[in-house]
Amino acid sequence: MTRISRDDITKLGHLARIGISEEVAGTLAPQLEGILDYVAQLQEVDTEAIEATNQVTGLRDVWREDEVIPSHYSRAELLANAPATQDGYIQVRRVL
Amino acid sequence: MSAIPRTRPSRQGQQQQWPKLAELAGQIKNGERSAVEVVEACIERAEAAEDYHGILKLEITAARERAEQIDQLVADGETEGVLLGVPFLAKDNFLTNGQAETTAASHMLETFTAPYQATAIEKLEAAGAIMLGKTNLDEFAHGSSTENSAFGSTKNPYDPQRVPGGSSGGSAAAVALNIVPFALGTDTGGSIRLPASFCGTVGYKPTYGLVSRFGVIAMASSTDVIGPLTRSSHDAGFVLDVLAGRDGRDSTTIAREETYHIGEPAELSGLRVGVIKEHMGEHVGRGMRSATWEKIKALERAGARVEEVELPHDSVALAIYYIIAPAEISSNLARYDGIKYGYYTSSADSLEETYLQSRGEGFGDEPIRRMLTGTFVLSSGYQEAYYKKAQKVRTLLRGDYETVFGTYDVLAGPMSPTTAFKLGEKGDPVAMYQSDDLAISANLAGIPSISLPAGEIDGLPFGLQLQAPAGRDKRLLDIAAAVEGVI
Repeated sequence: MTRISRDDITKLGHLARIGISEEVAGTLAPQLEGILDYVAQLQEVDTEAIEATNQVTGLRDVWREDEVIPSHYSRAELLANAPATQDGYIQVRRVL
Repeated sequence: MSAIPRTRPSRQGQQQQWPKLAELAGQIKNGERSAVEVVEACIERAEAAEDYHGILKLEITAARERAEQIDQLVADGETEGVLLGVPFLAKDNFLTNGQAETTAASHMLETFTAPYQATAIEKLEAAGAIMLGKTNLDEFAHGSSTENSAFGSTKNPYDPQRVPGGSSGGSAAAVALNIVPFALGTDTGGSIRLPASFCGTVGYKPTYGLVSRFGVIAMASSTDVIGPLTRSSHDAGFVLDVLAGRDGRDSTTIAREETYHIGEPAELSGLRVGVIKEHMGEHVGRGMRSATWEKIKALERAGARVEEVELPHDSVALAIYYIIAPAEISSNLARYDGIKYGYYTSSADSLEETYLQSRGEGFGDEPIRRMLTGTFVLSSGYQEAYYKKAQKVRTLLRGDYETVFGTYDVLAGPMSPTTAFKLGEKGDPVAMYQSDDLAISANLAGIPSISLPAGEIDGLPFGLQLQAPAGRDKRLLDIAAAVEGVI
């Protein structure tokens, strides 16, 4: 079975950009282990030469006409949900 | 037929069921009832049933205004719209641009005001229906009991000590309590049908792609579908007829059938019914199995040819789902970054800290568990063994269905292993996941499935599940209407 440590949780949290406290990581580790343990039963299924299912509709390359569709959303409306804006732009904190 | 909830708020009129949707719209059109009167009745019922916490927010002002407009239209002789004046509630993962926020029952979106509406809402409104408000759900639709809502659990109308099922628990409870004649839900891994079965309503999951998901908060995109919770299969077909069809804003939508209105119910005599063997095993409660067999016997008495069928990979369906769904969830929920919209932490002093803190604080336990699981199964070194493997077994499961649908018109079985469980009963995540054990195959295969109220076991409702081949929604609804008449 796959063992999941607190450190693994913190690392996964970082990959998913979710800040996780030591304490919460301690609770999550055995839970994730339980989930992975449960899904491990798939390993017993023979999938030799079986194609993967990515989607079930069978649709391929759905095209539309290359036409401009006017948007009826105002810039102000779209920006209203952003926590910080400046001059009509979304403001972010320093990157580096 | 559906039973009336045993535990009811005392206010008079609460028990009264709404007429069928077509009839209700007809009454409004011919002036027998006014839209205002209907909306007021819904609001009154909603207020009387507040303790069940099925509704997160009512749009009272907008709904009243719309009802007044409709009554004026009717007075002027304009009666277009198949759902004219009929109020409904939508699960709070449908974007609506009224007064109410669209929260997905998460602190992450507690203050989010949607700038546009879901296609499903637009279509219903265009058909004359009145959006009355938003219902409770498990946070981001992650759950089977509605206990994962950041704003408190919904209670089961039959027993307030029990869960309504999830994740569309608020919509199911609202329909069971007769607050509204119908409600919208989403079903990624049973989230319409499980609560329908726990609350004694009809829950319909259409063929994948039949209803546009534009403006609905994405969970697992390869299985997410939208559908109605109603009092009858007739009403389910009536709502589906409004919702179904291609949408230029959702490129995964497929062509619709001509109509989904149930005219004559299907002929049960000679109908080939397969009882899914894997859904009648030891993992399903003894009471549930015997109650389901009784209903299947009723189909046999009505002339159906019933046989047990095997879906060999159904037994691992839940395992497939709990790899694929978290993988897609971890990707879909990456958009909540504390920058464009949603919860953010003002104390963060760098971009990365903004992400880490906003997401760590904004999301509840279950979305975090799923995003971490998804990140794990997609991470290098594990992707082949988990994610790719699950996608391949999914192909095998689809093949199982293809085989049995070569011989059978419809598959039948119980909707869930047990009736509604107690609030707080399932602390272990895997135990909670297993509530959806019998629902999930239909999602993975993309086929339509309906839960029909089939009576009660020890005072709690249970559902009979029917499944049909992809694209055969009309046929499934016709069969459901016939089955409804004999169970």
